[in-house]
Amino acid sequence: MLDSRIPEGPLEEKWTKHKSSIKLVNPANKRKIDVLVIGTGLAGGSAAATLGELGYNVKVFCFQDSPRRAHSIAAQGGINAAKNYKNDGDSVHRLFYDTIKGGDFRAREANVHRLAEVSVDIIDQCVAQGVPFAREYGGLLDNRSFGGSQVSRTFYARGQTGQQLLLGAYSALERQVGLGNVKQYTRHEMVEIVNIDGKARGIIARNLINGKLEKFFGHAVVLATGGYGNVFFLSTNAMGSNVTASWKAYKKGAFFGNPCFTQIHPTCVPVTGSYQSKLTLMSESLRNDGRVWVPKKKEDCKKRPQDIAEEDRDYYLERKYPSFGNLAPRDIASRAAKEACDDGRGVGVSGLAVYLDFADAINRLGKSVVEARYGNLFDMYEHITNENPYEMPMRIYPAVHYTMGGTWVDYNLMTTVPGLYAIGEANFSDHGANRLGASALMQGLADGYFVLPYTIGNYLADEIFTKPISTDHPAFLEAENEVKDRYNKLISIKGKRTVDDFHKELGKVMWDYCGMARDKEGLEKARELIKQIRKEFWSDVNVPGGVDEMNPELDKAGRVADFIELGELMVVDALNRNESCGGHFRTEYQDAGEAKRNDNDYAYVAAWEFNGIDADPVLHKEELKFENIKLAVRSYK
Amino acid sequence: MKFTLKIWRQKNTNTAGKFVDYQISDVNSDMSFLEMMDVLNDELVRKGEEPVVFDHDCREGICGMCSMYINGRAHGPKRATTTCQLYMRNFSDGETITIEPWRASSFPVLRDLSVDRSSFDNIIQAGGFISVNTGQAQDANSTPVNKEDADLSMDAAACIGCGACVAACKNASAMLFVSAKVSQFALLPQGQSERSERVLAMVNTMEEEGFGSCTNTGACEAECPKEISISNIARLNRDFLAASIMK
Amino acid sequence: MKYSVKPLFSSTIGKKLLMAISGLFLCTFLVVHLIGNLQLFKNDGGFAFNVYSKFMTTNPLIKTVAYVNYALILLHVFTSLALTIKNKKARPVSYGYNNAKANSIWSSRNMGILGTIILVFIVVHMQNFWYEMKFGEVPMMSYFEYISPEGKTLSTQNLEEVAPSSYGTVRQVIVKDLYKEVTTEFSEEALLVLLYVIAQIAIGFHLWHGFASAFQTVGINHKRYSPIIKTLGYGFSIIVPALFAIMPLYFFFIK
Ligand SMILES: Cc1cc2nc3c(=O)[nH]c(=O)nc-3n(C[C@H](O)[C@H](O)[C@H](O)COP(=O)(O)OP(=O)(O)OC[C@H]3O[C@@H](n4cnc5c(N)ncnc54)[C@H](O)[C@@H]3O)c2cc1C
Ligand code: HEM
Ligand code: FES
Repeated sequence: MLDSRIPEGPLEEKWTKHKSSIKLVNPANKRKIDVLVIGTGLAGGSAAATLGELGYNVKVFCFQDSPRRAHSIAAQGGINAAKNYKNDGDSVHRLFYDTIKGGDFRAREANVHRLAEVSVDIIDQCVAQGVPFAREYGGLLDNRSFGGSQVSRTFYARGQTGQQLLLGAYSALERQVGLGNVKQYTRHEMVEIVNIDGKARGIIARNLINGKLEKFFGHAVVLATGGYGNVFFLSTNAMGSNVTASWKAYKKGAFFGNPCFTQIHPTCVPVTGSYQSKLTLMSESLRNDGRVWVPKKKEDCKKRPQDIAEEDRDYYLERKYPSFGNLAPRDIASRAAKEACDDGRGVGVSGLAVYLDFADAINRLGKSVVEARYGNLFDMYEHITNENPYEMPMRIYPAVHYTMGGTWVDYNLMTTVPGLYAIGEANFSDHGANRLGASALMQGLADGYFVLPYTIGNYLADEIFTKPISTDHPAFLEAENEVKDRYNKLISIKGKRTVDDFHKELGKVMWDYCGMARDKEGLEKARELIKQIRKEFWSDVNVPGGVDEMNPELDKAGRVADFIELGELMVVDALNRNESCGGHFRTEYQDAGEAKRNDNDYAYVAAWEFNGIDADPVLHKEELKFENIKLAVRSYK
Repeated sequence: MKFTLKIWRQKNTNTAGKFVDYQISDVNSDMSFLEMMDVLNDELVRKGEEPVVFDHDCREGICGMCSMYINGRAHGPKRATTTCQLYMRNFSDGETITIEPWRASSFPVLRDLSVDRSSFDNIIQAGGFISVNTGQAQDANSTPVNKEDADLSMDAAACIGCGACVAACKNASAMLFVSAKVSQFALLPQGQSERSERVLAMVNTMEEEGFGSCTNTGACEAECPKEISISNIARLNRDFLAASIMK
Repeated sequence: MKYSVKPLFSSTIGKKLLMAISGLFLCTFLVVHLIGNLQLFKNDGGFAFNVYSKFMTTNPLIKTVAYVNYALILLHVFTSLALTIKNKKARPVSYGYNNAKANSIWSSRNMGILGTIILVFIVVHMQNFWYEMKFGEVPMMSYFEYISPEGKTLSTQNLEEVAPSSYGTVRQVIVKDLYKEVTTEFSEEALLVLLYVIAQIAIGFHLWHGFASAFQTVGINHKRYSPIIKTLGYGFSIIVPALFAIMPLYFFFIK
C-alpha cells in the first residue's frame, strides 16, 4: 500500500498546519542547493521563478526556443478560483466539491481541498504580475461559467487565458534569470534521469541545437513536463508535447498513476484528412452560449443545417441533462457526441461531427456581443474550416485533450523516488478520472507558486550537507552512455518507415481501443498490436541525419519510442480498471449509457511500477478515503 | 494542387545557405502550410534526404514558435495569421512558393528555417516584468482597473513573441515587440512603480542586442499575426523620452 | 530592476527624436521659404522679392535661424547616416524574395534615397544662390525706402512708383538683384529646372511619410488626432513642394 503522506487533522486545516510544520532551509543554505526544474509551462515556470525568489540555485529546461512557448500558452478558456466575486454562492468548499465530483470521485480529497484553498492566491498573484484579466465596466474582475459547475468562478483573459498566465509566470521567471538566481536552458530536452543512492540527483539533456548531451546535477529534480495526450498522435496538444521525461522517471523507479485516465474534449474542430497533424480545440466557453445538436433523422444529416427545421433537431445535451444542459462535463458531453454519431446522426463529410450553434445567442444578444465574447475563436474556426460560424453552425467533434494520469506523487508532490518531484499536468494530479474545465491552469499554478516551493523544503532541509556531486560520477556516465547508445541505435536502423508512420499507427490503435469507449476484448487486442508496433519500430524506423546536429526527426523518434511503451501501460491500466468512471468508459460497465463506477473495488489510484520492458508492470494501490464527502452517482441531469 | 517550393537550406549558423527547389504535388487545399511541409519532409525522408528543419509547436497560432518568410512576407500572404494557421487554399495551384527564415543579425539561423530568438528573452530579462514575489500580492479586486485601459493592455499583451515584426521590418527593428510589453504594464496601475526603469532597461538591451531602429514604416503592424498596433511604439517613445530626461 | 541612464542620443529612439525635431523644423523653414519665394510671382520686376531677400539676409534674428537651419540639416543628415548604418548591420543577409510593398509604403522604405536627392539639391541650391549671392557676381538693382524722422523704415517703394511724401525722408537702396539672378537661371538652364523639380518631388515623397512619422517618433499617436496629422502631412507634402516646383517651371516655360 502506497503512503500518500496526507497530514493528519480536519480537511480544512491540513494544509495550513502542514505548511507551518514543514522544515525550513535558511537563506544561506538555499544558495548552496541546486534544483533542476524540467519544463517551463505554468507549473514549471511558476515553480522555477518562485524557487529562484526563495534563493535556491535553479536550472530550468525546456525543449522550445523560449520558456514562453510551453504548451500552457494554448489554453484558451480560463482559470477557476473560489473568489466568489460574483456573490453567487461559491466557496472553497464548493470548488473542492465540484472538482472531486467532476473527477468522478477518483481524486485525493486532501490535495483537491488544498487546490481550492490556494486558488484564490493565484488570482491575486497573477493580477499583481500584470496579467490583464477581463474586467467589468466598474474596473473589477469579470468571471464566466464553465462546464461542470453552476457558479461563475472562471477568470479569463479573452480567449487567451493560458497565454496570459504563462506570460505572467514567464516574466517572473525571466526576472529571476536576469537576477542570476535561475539559469535557463532552452532547446534542451531532458532524456534521462540520474539516480544516485536511491535519490534523484540529476539529468542528462540533449542540446537540440547541436545534439550534444549535457549533464546536470541537482539536489532535487522537478518534472513539470506536461501531459502525454500526444500518444494518440492526433490531439489538441502542441506537436512537441511528450512523455519522455515522465517515462524516464518511470523507468528509474517513479510509479505512474492512473495512466488510462485521458480526457477527450467535446469541442474540437473535426478531422478532415489523413495528412492532419493535430486537432484544434474550440474553447469550452463556447458552450456557454452555443447549443449542441444533431438532426433527429439520419436522412437529414447531409442537408444544410439551415434547412433542418427546429423540430427536427435533437439538442441532445439539453434533452438528457436538463439541469446542466450544454454545460455538462467534458467526458459526458464527448460521449454523448460519440453516441449521436455512432447512431448515424453525425454531420459533415465524415459523419463524425455535431453542430455547435450560435444562432440563438446571436438573436438574443446581438452579433456584437457574441463577437466580443468569442470573436477570436470564431476567427480561428474560420481560418481552419473556411466557414463562417456567424452564419453556419460550427461542426465539432471530441478530441484527446488532457491526461489526468501521470507520475504518481504524494501530498508533497514527491514521486516514489526521493528528491524527484512532479507538478502540473505531468503528475497524476488532482483531477481524478475527469478534469473540469479551467482547473488545469489552476492546478499548474497552485503546484508551482504555492505548493511545491513549500513542500520541497521538507526534503531539501536534509540535503544542506550534500555537496554537489560531480557529473563525472559513474552514475552520470552510465546514464549518458545509455542515452548515446539509444540515439545511435535509432539513427543506425535505417529502416523503411518514418517516425510519423509509427506514431500514426500507434495513435489509431489507442483511439480505437483506448479512447472514448473501451472494452476488455479491444484492450487485449490493442496490447498485442502495440507490442508489434514496438518491435517493428526498433527494426524498421528510418531516422535521417546524424546524432551530433540539430535533428528534429531524431528528437521525434526518441519521443515516439517512449509513447509506444506508454501506450502499452495505458492499455494495461484500462484493462485493470473494471469499472467506468469519468474519462474511462468501459462499455461493459454502464447504466444505459451512464458510467457505472465500482467504489467497492476501485476507489484507488493505480500506481504502476516499471518491472522491465517485456515484463508486466507491478500494480500498487493508493486507497482513496472519502471522509468529507459522500460518494454518489455523479449526476448532471 | 501542385507547387514548386524554393526553400532556404543551411546546415548550421556557421555555414552559408542556399535556395533549393522542390516539387510537391497532391496537396489538398484544406492542408495547413505546415502539414504541406510535413508531407514534403515525409517524401524527403523516404528518399533518404534530410528533411527541412523548421520551428513549430502549438500549430494554433499562439505559441509563436513557427516563423517562415513566405513569398516575401513574414508568415506568408494572409493578414493576421501565423505560418501554422495558413492554409494551402491561400495559394494558387502551380505557384512557386519561396520560403526563407527570419533574417536579422539578432536572430541567427540555426538550421534551414529555424532561427535563434533568445535575444527576445534577454530583453524581457532586462525589465519585461513587474517585480513582485510569489505570495506578496494583495487581493486581486483591491485595485480596480479602468476597463478601457485593461483592454488596451490586453491588446498589447496578445503579442506571441514570434519575431515577425523584426523579420518584416526593413531595419530588423524590435520596437513593436518591446513596445507591446512596455505598454502592457504601462497601462496598468500595477506597472506604474517601475515604469521608467522598465522602459530604460528594455530599450538598452534591445539596442545592445543589435536590432535596428524604427522608421515608422508600419510593416511590423501590418505583418503582426496578432495585429499589435504601432500606437504602442509611440507610447514606448513617449515613456523612453520622458524617462531619459527625468531620470 | 537593473537599468542605466545612457545619454539620450546614444539610443536609436533618441536619435530618431533628433530626426523628428530637425525634420519638423525644416518643414517650418520650408513654409517660410515658400512664402518668400512666392514674391517671385509678383509682377513688379522683382521689387518685392528683393526686398524680401534683403530682409532675410540682413535681419539678425533671421540670420541666426538660418544658421540653426544649416546646422539642423547637417544634424539630420549625419543622424540619418548613423541610423542607416546600424539598420544595415541589423540585417546582414537580405531576403532572396521580399515583398515589402505588401506591408509598407514606398516612401517610408526609401527615406534615405529621397533624403540623398534632397541633399544633392540643397548643395546645388546653396551654391547657386547663397554662395553666388554672397561671393559671386550679381547684377544690382535699387529701390526707395521711406524713413521717418525717428529713423524707422516706414515702407519700401518701387522705383517707378515713387510718390512725393510729406512725412519723413526717402532713401534709395541698392541691393543685389537676386530676382534677376533667379529668373534668368530658371529661364535658361533646363538641367537646373529639372533638378529642382525632381528635388521637390523627392521632398514631397520624403514628407508623405516623414511628416506624420515625426509625430509618432516624439510619441504622439492618438486615435482622434493622428488621422488629422496624417491628412495634414499629406496636404503639406503635396502643396508645399508643388508650389516650390511651379516657380522654375513658370519661368522656364511661361516667362
Ligand atoms: C488547447 C488547450 C486548451 C486548454 N485550455 C485550458 C483551459 O482553458 N483551462 C485550463 O485550466 N486548462 C486548459 N488546458 C489544459 C492546460 O493548458 C494544461 O494542462 C496545462 O497548461 C499544463 O501545464 P504544465 O505546466 O503542466 O505543462 P506544459 O505547459 O505542457 O509545459 C511542459 C513543459 O515541459 C517542457 N518539456 C516537456 N518535455 C520535456 C523534456 N523531455 N525535456 C525538457 N523539457 C520538456 C516543455 O518544453 C514545456 O516547457 C488546455 C489544454 C489545451 C491543449
Ligand atoms: C527639406 C529637407 C528635409 C526635411 C523637411 C526632412 C524632413 C524629415 C522628416 C519630418 C522626417 C521624419 C522623422 C521621423 O520619422 O521621426 C525625416 C526622416 C528622414 N530624413 Fe529627412 N528631411 C529633409 C532632408 C533630409 C536629408 C537632406 C536627408 C539626408 C540624406 C534626409 C534623410 C532622412 C532619413 C534617412 C529619414 C528617415 C530616418 C528614419 O526614420 O530612419 N532628410 N525627414
Ligand atoms: S506553431 Fe505555435 S504559433 Fe505557429
